[in-house]
Amino acid sequence: MPERDAREPVTGRTPVLAGAGEKGRNAMARPAAGGRRSAAPRRIDAARARFIAGFLAAPVLLYAVYVIAPYAQAFSIALTDWRGVSASPRFVGLENFRRLAGDSVFWTAVGHNALLLVLLPLLTIAIALSFAFLLNAGGANGGGVAGSRFYRVVFFFPQVLAVAIVAVLFQQVFRPDGSGMLNAPLIALGLEPVGFLSDPGVAFWSILGVLVWQAVGFYVVLFSAGMASIPREMYEAARIDGAGPGRLFFRITLPLLWDTVQVGWIYLGIAALDVFAVVWVMTPERGGPDHSTTVMAAEIYRNAFQYFRFGYASAMGVVLFFFTVAFAAAALRLSRRERVEY
Amino acid sequence: MARNPVTRRELLRSAALAGLLLPAAGALSACATPAGGGPSSAPMATGPTSAANPLGIPADKPFEVVIFDGGYGDAYARQIHEPLFTGRHPGVQIKHTATKEIAKTLQPRFAGGDPPEFVNNSGDNSMDFGALAQDGQLQDLGELLDAPSWDDPAVKVRDTILPAAIELGTYDGTYCVLEYASTVWGIWYSQKLFDDNGWQVPKTWDEFTALCETIKKSGRCAPFTYAGKHPFYIYETILTLAAKIGGVDVLKNIDNLAEGAWKAGPLTQAAEAFAEIGAKYLLQGTQGLDHIQTQTVHNKYQVAMLPCGSWLENEQKDSTPDGFGYAMFPLPSFSGSDALPYGTVHSRPGEEYFVAARSANPRAAMEYMRAMLSKEGAGRFSETLSTLTVVKGAAEGRTLTPGLRAAATALKNAGTNTTYFRFRQWYQPLHDEVAAATGQLMAGRLKPGEWADRCQKKADEIRNDSSVKKFTR
Repeated sequence: MPERDAREPVTGRTPVLAGAGEKGRNAMARPAAGGRRSAAPRRIDAARARFIAGFLAAPVLLYAVYVIAPYAQAFSIALTDWRGVSASPRFVGLENFRRLAGDSVFWTAVGHNALLLVLLPLLTIAIALSFAFLLNAGGANGGGVAGSRFYRVVFFFPQVLAVAIVAVLFQQVFRPDGSGMLNAPLIALGLEPVGFLSDPGVAFWSILGVLVWQAVGFYVVLFSAGMASIPREMYEAARIDGAGPGRLFFRITLPLLWDTVQVGWIYLGIAALDVFAVVWVMTPERGGPDHSTTVMAAEIYRNAFQYFRFGYASAMGVVLFFFTVAFAAAALRLSRRERVEY
Repeated sequence: MARNPVTRRELLRSAALAGLLLPAAGALSACATPAGGGPSSAPMATGPTSAANPLGIPADKPFEVVIFDGGYGDAYARQIHEPLFTGRHPGVQIKHTATKEIAKTLQPRFAGGDPPEFVNNSGDNSMDFGALAQDGQLQDLGELLDAPSWDDPAVKVRDTILPAAIELGTYDGTYCVLEYASTVWGIWYSQKLFDDNGWQVPKTWDEFTALCETIKKSGRCAPFTYAGKHPFYIYETILTLAAKIGGVDVLKNIDNLAEGAWKAGPLTQAAEAFAEIGAKYLLQGTQGLDHIQTQTVHNKYQVAMLPCGSWLENEQKDSTPDGFGYAMFPLPSFSGSDALPYGTVHSRPGEEYFVAARSANPRAAMEYMRAMLSKEGAGRFSETLSTLTVVKGAAEGRTLTPGLRAAATALKNAGTNTTYFRFRQWYQPLHDEVAAATGQLMAGRLKPGEWADRCQKKADEIRNDSSVKKFTR
């Protein structure tokens, strides 16, 4: 909070995401900030600034050298035909991007990412919200359902496992023969086994299932924390007014949880654009069968570290970067909504 | 709920600012892009040559040996080749490095101009030979070929190894990659399972399909499988059958990216033949199993035959039951008018080693190769790792396992009738596309004609791509 106070007199704005509460907040913040300014001479402000800058310099420098600079270099590598071993890559201008436009596998991957971008957050949030609601307010007495503490721990398990382990685990679950967890009962019943990972029409949905399975636990915990901060009286009041669980959820929980849902949405969207390990480890032909599960990150990896086309892979990386930025900007804009103060 | 200390507006403003600063930051450091400077190779350090030191390696200059610690491990280098080398050159220190990630470990060193002398460029994370050749990183090994062999000064190294090894190690007319291990492909089976059921090794395609039918009817096990997750294993077989039907030019045209190479008649015949096997005789669930899984099923006698290379026996040594009796037979003849006779096998040298042209002491690394190519170095390698080498006759007189014996016999019977293809190493994107299409062919989702169209389309794409370096054979 101290930094915010120091900045306010200059901007005159209070950082609040939505418009509804802004006026009230400003009215509250101004007198406090004004009071501080009259008491503190400019010299001390400068000393404070130096103090803060001193703390910030090291991390900002590290960030610039190890995060921003490589990012920037990816842009310049994308304009070369660098194959990874040469000391002097050739500049080819926008050739890589022109080639990318006609690369059908890459666009298949983009399509899969787009589908994940819609479905992964939607399914994960829907499932996590309903679980979290059951754990916190779904019980008969207004609390969680019976055994909710136990479930809370169990739901979090997938989050603790490394992605590669999850992928290997599900490889066994999806095995197409009698040793597969899902196919063994089918075979025992005399049915044809399902090629969860080997049928191009099914493989993508298997991947989506794994991704949702892995993500849900974390969002159950996140939403539970959000729900815990909603005052009990609101539920009680609504219940006295005759609201059932469905109404409670849509009229009380969801509106008051909107900020958390929005954050979850953005996290999951970025995760959907970044999917890699599950696809790479789990699927045949790494993104197959027949490119039916491939994603942008897998194509970048394949082109960089298997075909040694670093220039081309960097061009893909640049495209992915713009997709991610565009998504973040669009998500922030679309999910903007009046905030409920309580 | 004061969780948002930064407004959207501020966020965007700082993002814009970062955008302005990015180009400036790029000039600050150079950690991802390669160090500048054109290709400059230092002259090779040379000492006086003598009978014991025909390559003239400096007597006391150390060098580094990097071994891929994969299927073969790295013990063979430490226990066989390095002692052999230091036995003759006691003054030369060898720095031994073993890694599972060749490219991750070495690529920065190549880009930075400080490569190790001797590299076993192998495994999943190996460096692309096309890229290395394009960049002049591979030492010309011509001198090694013309040097006297380790065992007999009267015989040149060139005459002690399989000619295919020299052909395959040649990039752009320069011999620069040592292909050391020699792999033979075929259809593998259990001698015990075949003996118990009275099944005979098929010599013609009709006998082969009849055998599949017999096995299927017997209900003992499934007739055929392959590593479904890695369709290379089955496209290898299809291409070899195509070469047997139409001659080695079928594969040469494919490697040379010739127009219409994938639509040649023999190739379609071979694809149709295996698509039929895929439709009728495949182990249930093959498409979703990888090589280890299918090979383990094989070891459990639940499937009779699978195509693989001669590393199979070594790879499965921990899960093979006693008395299994690994054996292999070459692809059956497709018809009486096959261009190549019965017994033709896909055989090619593999497991690549090269000397870095811009390293500090490349001559010592070439001398190390000469030691590897000695009778002792190669023979003990075969014995320890159940793998043949390109050194002629090095495995003779050594104790070999049954599977390796079968492979060695098949290779001997084939004589000069061997086939191979190189596009997998030259054009990896083509390999990936052929693998993907072949998986679909075997699953019945692609007709042989559509399969050929897809492979051809990718081959055309690569031929017309000026950024890809082309090779011919």
